[in-house]
Order: sequence, then structure tokens, then C-alpha cells
Amino acid sequence: MSNSVIEVPPKGGFSFDLCKRNELLAKKGVNPPSFRKTGTTIVGLIFQDGVILGADTRATEGPIVCDKNCEKIHYMAPNIYCCGAGTAADTEAVTDMVSSQLQLHRYHTGRESRVVTALTLLKRHLFNYQGYVSAALVLGGVDVSGPHLHTIYPHGSTDTLPFATMGSGSLAAMAVFESKYKEGLTRNEGIELVTEAICSGIFNDLGSGSNVDVCVITKGGKEYLRNHLQPNPRTYTSSKGYSFPKKTEVLLTKIIPLKEKVEIIGGGDAMEE
Amino acid sequence: MTKQQANWSPYDNNGGSCVAIAGADYCVIAADTRMSTGYNILTREYSKICKLADKCVMASSGFQADVKALQKQLAARHLIYQHQHNKQMNCPAMAQLLSNTLYYKRFFPYYSFNVLGGLDNEGKGCVFTYDAVGSYEKVGYSSQGSGSTLIMPFLDNQLKSPSPLLLPVQDAVTPLVEAEAVNLVKTVFASASERDIYTGDKLEIVVVTADGIRREYMELRKD
Repeated sequence: MSNSVIEVPPKGGFSFDLCKRNELLAKKGVNPPSFRKTGTTIVGLIFQDGVILGADTRATEGPIVCDKNCEKIHYMAPNIYCCGAGTAADTEAVTDMVSSQLQLHRYHTGRESRVVTALTLLKRHLFNYQGYVSAALVLGGVDVSGPHLHTIYPHGSTDTLPFATMGSGSLAAMAVFESKYKEGLTRNEGIELVTEAICSGIFNDLGSGSNVDVCVITKGGKEYLRNHLQPNPRTYTSSKGYSFPKKTEVLLTKIIPLKEKVEIIGGGDAMEE
Repeated sequence: MTKQQANWSPYDNNGGSCVAIAGADYCVIAADTRMSTGYNILTREYSKICKLADKCVMASSGFQADVKALQKQLAARHLIYQHQHNKQMNCPAMAQLLSNTLYYKRFFPYYSFNVLGGLDNEGKGCVFTYDAVGSYEKVGYSSQGSGSTLIMPFLDNQLKSPSPLLLPVQDAVTPLVEAEAVNLVKTVFASASERDIYTGDKLEIVVVTADGIRREYMELRKD
């Protein structure tokens, strides 16, 4: 019977060893750096011929806008796209990962990817990380069994809906959907409704802003309308422009020549064998 | 046994930014008109600028309920002064009054970040900048509020108050003409609206000159 501890290799996933130390530091006033969240409005709806997804383009770091025109509609498969809200790194990483997994699966099966496949891969991953991967997604696509639209929450739960909204602007967008959505919308009616919902989020929610991105997916193919609407141009540019002086103000000049510590002997080969 | 933390705060931040620039014979005071709480907009048309005296105007960002209470206090004290001295308060006097009023509530402060602008007795522009508890300084220009970290460096670059370390002591007033200063203020707010979510909707510009007070508005981003 040995007293030594058997070294077990880490099984992967998160190690929560530093949580206690982080708590102690937070009590002392040393807070961890904040994440870049997208503070977003994302929507999706099912229309006559397929699915339409929409998103705003603002990324925020607290109260500051860090990206005025980012892309929140991510590619999953030729017939499946996914909008992401929450921590930008998480939505990017999780959609990239599942997109790669879907491609490998397509090679393996020789068939077009199904939306439920992407759904299951995403929800399994998110549940596994118990909500620490902060990604709230609206997944939409058209496959052999028809058009599908799902929402996925950071803890791993999913819903299957005819129209959905997520993000900080979701209430503003849902208000529009609940008033105006009906079944069997045409393509143009659908795009107009999605645009109106995203605009509602852009103007009424401070976490969303800038432009509207739209993605239309049908049996025939997909149409990614990047910056479909740009309702927020810069309001004022000075006609004269501004000049910026090249140098900083010099308050004091002091030169201290460095003293040599090594004596240089001239001649001799650099590297003698 | 850890200390119990408060589960309710008496303060809220309604966001917004204010700027003031002093010129040789004018003073420009500007603030956006958006009032927000959290991620929501309460109103797009709220004035953060208040006329305290004939030649003295204050712009305040922060918690607007405290700002309203502070404005009422100052107005009342100004009225008493007018009854006792038979004249309006001048700008430096109002500046001192504001500082004292703020420090009076040192241990339950007005959550109000103020800039005071106007003309002094000689008709030269003056700007005073404050913190929440009344520490103040006469400066050539200043900005306060959620966008101040975005606005101040640009004003420092363009208006470049001479370093207070250099001798002889130089005047802080900007050599810019009134129209140039208003142009600068418009540019600065348009830029702040791009990057600060709490700044936007409309810009209110007040210009104080010997002839009186003039008001101007400009549209800003609404998202």
C-alpha cells in the first residue's frame, strides 16, 4: 500500500482549480478582465420557401462600441446558417467547431447536412460546459425534411419555433414579430419583417446598433445580404478637417553618454576554430 | 463572517456626455439629449443644460434625479443672493457656490458630473469642471459623462491648453473663433456617438456671449 497519489491525466474540459483564488482576488478588489460581448439583436423566421435570419452589426465592450460592423451570421453548412449572441469569442469558436464537424460528417455520409444534426452537436457541447460557454444562438436552415428554425441557450436547452429572437434586443424585436408575423409570408414580406425587427432592436436597445445583415435560405440555395440596410450614417463631418501636430511638447533635453564596460581589441577572427 | 453588502442602490446612471469650451469673448456649452437606464432609452429629448444666471450655464451628466435636485438648490440660493445683493451672481461666484453645495453632501453625494460655463466680469469666457463632491478648477475646456474618455483626448490635442508646468503662466482660453469652436463640438459629439452607446439622439449647443444666450440643435446617431 503506497502513500503516493496516482497521477491521473486531465480528462479535458475546464479545470476549476483557480476559482477559489479568483474569489479571494475579487474580494480584494482585483477584478478579472471583462469579456467582449456582442450585446445583440438576432432574429429568425420561417417563410413560404424557407428560412430568413437577421442580425445587427454592433459589438460592445461594456459601454464602448468595439466593432461597428461585425458579422454575426455564421456559416455552418451550405444550407445552414447560425446567428450568435453573447460572448463573441464563444459564438465564433462554437460555430466554427460545429461547422467543421458537419463537413467531416458530410464526407462520411455523402449527404447534405441536416439542421437537427447541427442542433444536437451545438446543444451537447453547450450543456457539457454547463453554461460557461456563453453563446445564445439562432440556428436556421433548409434540408431534405424542410425548413427548420431553432434557438439554443447557453446552458444547452433548445426550442423549435416559427419565429425567434435572441440577445439584449430580443424583446424589442419580438414585439415586432408578435404584432406582424403570419404564416406563409413571401420572400419580400419576410425580408421586410426581419429588417423591421432588427431595426427595432437597433434603435431601442443600446447594446445593438449600426447595420442590418440578412440571410435568406431556401431549397434552391442561400443569399447572404451583408449590410442589407445601413440606417446609421455618421451625422457630421467637419468640412475643414483637422490637423495633428507631429511632435509632442519637449519639456527637457538631457543626454547621458553610455560608459563602455568592455574594451574592444581590434583585429582577430570572429570565430576561431 | 463577511460584511453584508447592500442589495439596493439609491443611485442610477442616466448616461450622456457634456462639453464646455471657453473663448476670448464667448463660451460654448454642449450636451447630448439622450436619457437612458441600463440598455434602455428613457427619452431621446432631455435637456441636460440649465441656465443658472444671465451669463452662467451648467451642463450635468450622471443621475438626472440628483441633477434636478441640485439645479433647484442652486436656483433657490441664487434667488436669495439676488434679493440680498440686488444683482445677478457672476460666473466665478456661481462656481464657488456649486462647489460648496456639492461638498455639503460629501457623505451622500449628488451623483452629478458638472461643467459650468459662462462669461466672467470682464466678459471673457470661463469654464469650471467638477467632480461629484465639489472639487473644481477653472480650465479652458472640459468634458464630463460617459463619453468624456473619448472626447477629452481629442480636445487636448486640438485645443492644447499650455502645460501648467511651463512659466510664465499662460492663459487657458482658446484662440479659436466662436464658429470654429461650435464646429469642433459638433465633430466631437458625432465621434463620441459612434463609439459610446450612451451618447446620441440629439446635440444641444448653448453659446453665451455679451449679446445673450443662443441655442442650437444637431441630429446625432439614434442607435
